[in-house]
Amino acid sequence: MKTTGREDKQMEEVAERKKEFRTTVDGTAVKRVYTTADLEEFEKDDSLPGDYPFTRHIMPSGYRGRLWTMRQYAGFATVEETNRRYKYLFEQGNTGFSVAFHLPTQMGYDSDHPMAVGEVGRCGVAIDSLQDMEELWEGIPLADVSTSMTINATAPIIMAMYIAAAEKQGTDRSQLAGTIQNDILKEYIARNTYIFAPEPSMRLVTDLCAYCAQEMPKWNSLSICGYHMRDAGATAIQEAAFTLADGIAYVQAMLDRGMDVDSFAPRFSFMMACNINLLEEVAKFRAMRRKWARIMKERFSARNPRSMMFRFHVQGDGSTLTKQQPLNNIVRVTIETLASVLAGCQSAHACSYDEALALPSEEAVQLSLRTQQIIAHESGVADTVDPLGGSYYVEWLTNHIEQEVQKYIELIDRMGGAVEAVKSGYIQKEIARSAYDYQLAVDSGEQIVVGVNKFTTAEESGLELFEIPEGGEKKQIERLKRMRLKRNNQKVRQVLGEVRRRAAGSENIMPAMVEAVKAYATAGEISDALRDVFGEYREPIILA
Amino acid sequence: MKSRKIRVLIAKPGLDGHDRGAKVIARGLRDAGMEVVYLGLHLTPEHIVEAAIQEDVDIIGLSCLSGAHMALFPKTVRLFKEKSRRQVLFIGGGIIPDKDVPRLKEAGIDRVFGPGTPISKIVDFIKTSLEVKSDSGKN
Repeated sequence: MKTTGREDKQMEEVAERKKEFRTTVDGTAVKRVYTTADLEEFEKDDSLPGDYPFTRHIMPSGYRGRLWTMRQYAGFATVEETNRRYKYLFEQGNTGFSVAFHLPTQMGYDSDHPMAVGEVGRCGVAIDSLQDMEELWEGIPLADVSTSMTINATAPIIMAMYIAAAEKQGTDRSQLAGTIQNDILKEYIARNTYIFAPEPSMRLVTDLCAYCAQEMPKWNSLSICGYHMRDAGATAIQEAAFTLADGIAYVQAMLDRGMDVDSFAPRFSFMMACNINLLEEVAKFRAMRRKWARIMKERFSARNPRSMMFRFHVQGDGSTLTKQQPLNNIVRVTIETLASVLAGCQSAHACSYDEALALPSEEAVQLSLRTQQIIAHESGVADTVDPLGGSYYVEWLTNHIEQEVQKYIELIDRMGGAVEAVKSGYIQKEIARSAYDYQLAVDSGEQIVVGVNKFTTAEESGLELFEIPEGGEKKQIERLKRMRLKRNNQKVRQVLGEVRRRAAGSENIMPAMVEAVKAYATAGEISDALRDVFGEYREPIILA
Repeated sequence: MKSRKIRVLIAKPGLDGHDRGAKVIARGLRDAGMEVVYLGLHLTPEHIVEAAIQEDVDIIGLSCLSGAHMALFPKTVRLFKEKSRRQVLFIGGGIIPDKDVPRLKEAGIDRVFGPGTPISKIVDFIKTSLEVKSDSGKN
């Protein structure tokens, strides 16, 4: 190429700090600058916020009407302690609750089961029976709050307990507002709290969705998750594609039950991760909004615009938080939360800076909430809708991500859908490969992580870490044993029999669940009744 | 004793499902030339010990991010030592608060690797430790 002296000089001036710049979504080259020319190959999308395909926002006014919900995920030890923490968060301006359940509840074991040893009250609150659920909400009127519950394999049981606890407060289930995660497919992919094989699990998911569609008009019956895949190492494109593929599988399963798409789809929502690469994340969410709208309209013939809206909760990606120099995480969380807001999320959880070390301390949780409040009330980014829309790079990335997501979806369709892709281990393998590639990039220094592989210091953090109060396990087991003695055990046997009968048949399991929890059958006992019918699942071992 | 590959068992005791780290380490050790048995999730210490004995491993790697490590790691070491006289290296990973590390060491966990550890560091530790152990075995 012939060059003039002037160009040589320009080239010299812009000597770049890397040989090549690449996206983290799939490693595509990032150009120095983007212009309208980069958008020419894509279909034009001039839609406004609130208009199909909702690329810019699901609502015309974005956050000018109502800010996103600042929902901090919390729960630990026993119900008394968690109840106290919820009241505290509420007083601090938290506008919704998000319940973390301890692993035994998530896996269908009571606190006194041998598999529960060491886990009771660790990652969340221990809920063994309706008694625990009643006390969890003591003094908090369920009619007036919105609650998100991260529960999957045992979602029908926990939903039933919530319904029964509300009833005891005098609130009918039709009045309840909130979300139950109920997304079993991503459990096989990443989070791994499954109990049964995919087929009976899908039946339980759709039982709950169908029940909510009929009985609980304000309840979100399914929150389709990409978060855990991302946390397990998926790229942004994989996260988006596998989440939407799961969404397709759920919608199809509901249609296969003979349900009308618009009777349930408006109550499906999403829960996604937000990683540190701000522009990529904004583009990912814009692409997902557009793609989901198109899937719902074109593939599933939805007519109600609400069925087409990609409503999403975001949590900053825990895997970006470092144990080294933990205060740096405050900055990471800020960027991730900012990206979520620039992308138009409906609700957000800001992580805490000490999460790579322990469960967050109260001080750290408060700072996370303050981070959200500063972004909401000081930064100005919530004053106009989709402020990054129209950026050539963001628009190009939005199109690029959508295109690549479509390729994955087509591939998964050819495999027979997400359930089959999960059973064969395909999705798990893709994610494990990305996780390993990322680790190699960090180990080689190609991917810089401040404080970990560059700008490191020898000092210890010296942070005051949160500690779970001792004795919670013993206390919970004693409570459980007392409760078992007090209840009518003949009635318990009877309700568990009905759970088994419905599980073996095809009637919706939910009414039997509600009766079972009201008789104080425990989550472990009800899960065992289901195990009697469905058996248990063990995962295929997939390394990459 | 040359040419026998180092044999590693990687397992997740308890109910925690976060297996990204365990899988990355399993793959990384395999790529470093070791023979890796990845046992998977939701395991009891009994199950892990049984597999470790059956597979005749040199290293048992345990990963836990749920906070149940104090209940599960020491128990695994204890059960193993009850059942086998083989010199095995125990390594642990996950969200392990610093204050727990000395207690885990006392209980027989040779080393804890937290988040952000490069794979090469673990490989080096394993190789050095096994050399020391086999040297002391000769005397």
